[in-house]
Amino acid sequence: MINIIKRFFPKRQKEEQKRPTAIQTTPLSEDQLSSVSHSTLVHKPAQFLIGSGQSVGIQRDHNEDTLFSLSSVIADGSNDLTFGICIIADGMGGHKNGEIASGVATRVVAKNLVSRVYSRLLNIHSDPMDESIQEAVENAINETQKAVVRYAPGGGTTFTCALIIGEQVTIGHVGDSRAYFIYPDGRIQRITKDHSLVQRMIDLEEITEEQAIDHPQRNVLLKAIGQVETIHPDIQTYQVPKGGHMMLCSDGLWGVLPDTEIYRIVTSSNDPVLACNKLVDAANAEGGPDNISVILVDYYGQ
Amino acid sequence: MGSVYRARDLHFPNVIKLVAVKEMINQAPDPVVRETIVNNFEREANILVTLNHPSIPKIFDFFTHEERSYLVLELVNGKDLEAILRSSLEPIREDQVILWAIEVCDVLEYLHTHKPEPIIFRDIKPQNLMVNQQNHIVMVDFGIAKIFKTGQKGTMIGTEGYSPPEQYRGDATFQTDIYALGATLHHVLTRRDPRLEAPFSFGDRPIRQLNPVVSQEFESIISTALNYKPEDRFKDITSMKAALVSLARKTGALSKVASGDLMTREQNIKPLWVFKCEDEIRGSATLDSGTIYVGAYDNNLYAIDAAKGQFQWKYAVDGGVISKPLISNNQVYFGSEDGKLHVIHSKTGKRSWMFTTEGPIRCSAKIAEGHIFFGSDDANLYAVNIASNRKSWAIKTEGPVRSTPFISNDLIYFGTEANEFLCSDFRGQVKWRFWTKRPVTSSPIVSDGIVYFASLDSNFYALDAKSGWVIWRFRMGKGSVASPTTVENFTFIGSADGYLYCVEKSSAKEIWRFKTDHQVSGSPTIYKDALYFGAADGTFYCLDYKSGRQRWKFTTNGPITGTPMAANDIIYIGSADHCLYALIA
Repeated sequence: MINIIKRFFPKRQKEEQKRPTAIQTTPLSEDQLSSVSHSTLVHKPAQFLIGSGQSVGIQRDHNEDTLFSLSSVIADGSNDLTFGICIIADGMGGHKNGEIASGVATRVVAKNLVSRVYSRLLNIHSDPMDESIQEAVENAINETQKAVVRYAPGGGTTFTCALIIGEQVTIGHVGDSRAYFIYPDGRIQRITKDHSLVQRMIDLEEITEEQAIDHPQRNVLLKAIGQVETIHPDIQTYQVPKGGHMMLCSDGLWGVLPDTEIYRIVTSSNDPVLACNKLVDAANAEGGPDNISVILVDYYGQ
Repeated sequence: MGSVYRARDLHFPNVIKLVAVKEMINQAPDPVVRETIVNNFEREANILVTLNHPSIPKIFDFFTHEERSYLVLELVNGKDLEAILRSSLEPIREDQVILWAIEVCDVLEYLHTHKPEPIIFRDIKPQNLMVNQQNHIVMVDFGIAKIFKTGQKGTMIGTEGYSPPEQYRGDATFQTDIYALGATLHHVLTRRDPRLEAPFSFGDRPIRQLNPVVSQEFESIISTALNYKPEDRFKDITSMKAALVSLARKTGALSKVASGDLMTREQNIKPLWVFKCEDEIRGSATLDSGTIYVGAYDNNLYAIDAAKGQFQWKYAVDGGVISKPLISNNQVYFGSEDGKLHVIHSKTGKRSWMFTTEGPIRCSAKIAEGHIFFGSDDANLYAVNIASNRKSWAIKTEGPVRSTPFISNDLIYFGTEANEFLCSDFRGQVKWRFWTKRPVTSSPIVSDGIVYFASLDSNFYALDAKSGWVIWRFRMGKGSVASPTTVENFTFIGSADGYLYCVEKSSAKEIWRFKTDHQVSGSPTIYKDALYFGAADGTFYCLDYKSGRQRWKFTTNGPITGTPMAANDIIYIGSADHCLYALIA
């Protein structure tokens, strides 16, 4: 074990030995130690916990949202890798087409990412991937288009997914469900951009963020899976918020809870499942005008 | 949803008359809605039958059978504009586009003034504009198919990207067609597909910035058509047509004047000083405590006063020096074509020690943990202990190592000429290896857990630094030996295709590209709000790094292959014309 941790460089050890002895101080107490060492402790493997919550809301009679999560870790001391998939899809369209659309889209992408990406982690020998992670996510989302048109003609769905591999998370996004990073230092950052008419009007400085909240056309989407010929999802990769959280949610949550409230609930709980329950309760307490779906990823370690 | 069939009309058994049959499926589950749809279809088809214009396909028949409705119409032999764009590499000539635009205006004018009721096409886009074999425009896919799409939350009429803002709110007017024609012309001239961009963002992509040969007049006609507010566009299609016709009359003269005025003025840049060596400078300079260190192909390493450009000393070796000198603890480390890593005192230029490899050293060195890391053409990456001057280990690779290693989080990243990219730990154990299709001469950089590098296989790669998984690949026109630079969410890379690219790190989207007249082999340097780089065309460029617009350029007499060095508002760059230039930033 020591051999693994210890660097083999003799020079570095020499340097350490040569360093003059510093002034003696009283040893830190256990409490002091844990408060300063918390963020620097290297517990391996780095990993995350996923919680989720869903509610039909107060004012709707049926649920058209679909969510999916998967988390896994493989660690052998030298090549540790965490893997996760989170998906939120918010269906729309008459009859049963909304819920079918979100369900179909979620399953098609989840299945695709599991077979194209996740299974590679479990292969003993695998050829190099012939597509990049971003291409894998984009192709998976493009494939849902055909499935949604086939199983839910006329229906449509928003779609926001996060593919977590090690320290990088790749977000695929269409519509107005959202992904947020919540950092331990208090920042809450929205990392997806709504494909909605009001967002476009905000960009053009025609209306303000505040005006968008109760704008009559706030439900008009510029694109959704099943509704446009070519989807062109937004695909972006970011470093995960270490020691922080990632949240995916449908507009049933972000439409009623301000960022400050989301931040307060997420950071006041140590358990992502409980936090999701509280988020859902809070959205329902605000009237629950729409279906609510939320996935929360808590990151541990470095 | 529906299909179009190529069919033969059997009313004429003795000749082959081909027609197009468009099939539309009535998917509405509610019988009342279904009936309305069929009635609408018949009403619209009856209107189409009466149309008579050379740019509108003739309708021969229509009928409904169970849940399917059919239109039998003239078969257009040709290619739609989208296919034409896809199959041609060069931009389509402005004159040609103007002529097509006038034809589209002509048919829209016919439709908009149609009696008894005017017709709005509602879905102008390259895909719906065919160019027939006589090079005339034929408008296909009349809005009739739209009747078969049931409306609901978020459903749009028209095609995203080409539709004006008011169409998203459900209003279709004559202005809708004017805007969509503007959007189509913008796409054809710039080759930027608006469906891939934010809606209504044409203003962010000025046509002449992407295609400088387009005339100002044509650009202005298109921008007028693309105004956000309908009242700011042409008042009707007739006035748009008039503007195009008057442009077409002068167009012969116009096409020649066009290219001149977008070219940025070549300002009169005077170097602060110039230092001349006896042979080419192909590598990069380093600045340390007021002294510039630079190697040249005259087998010397030079130390030059950074403020005045005065010679301080030189150190001769047995081969050209292409690597960027590394300064640490008053020592200069640099490799040479003579196969040695030389270590000399930075103040006196006196030899300290050296380390010999079996091949030329073309890459620069990096120091970490008391070791110096560098590659050699003998296919090894060396870790040499600085205190003992001895090799700790070497990684034997499949080909020469010309890529400068990058060290991040106790891991070492580098490429080889044998199409490899490697990640090793400090014990010399390879953690992962990634294969490209051509050599990796480019030196990697790591930023936010992602390693970026280019390859001669024309790809610019972003790999997860820990696992080596490919996050994205960005395709360039040709291969690249250049090394990337990053700032904020941007990364910059030069390529042998003559472009310097700015690519968004998170999405791999091209933000801008800048064209030079030759290969870009050096890496750019970001200093304050500007980006500096040289190209093999001999020119040194200063751009605004956010927009890619040129601020100034400076011409040398030989290719520039090194990376600029910037400090204290001075930029230092060497050229194959034997000179090192100090320019004011």
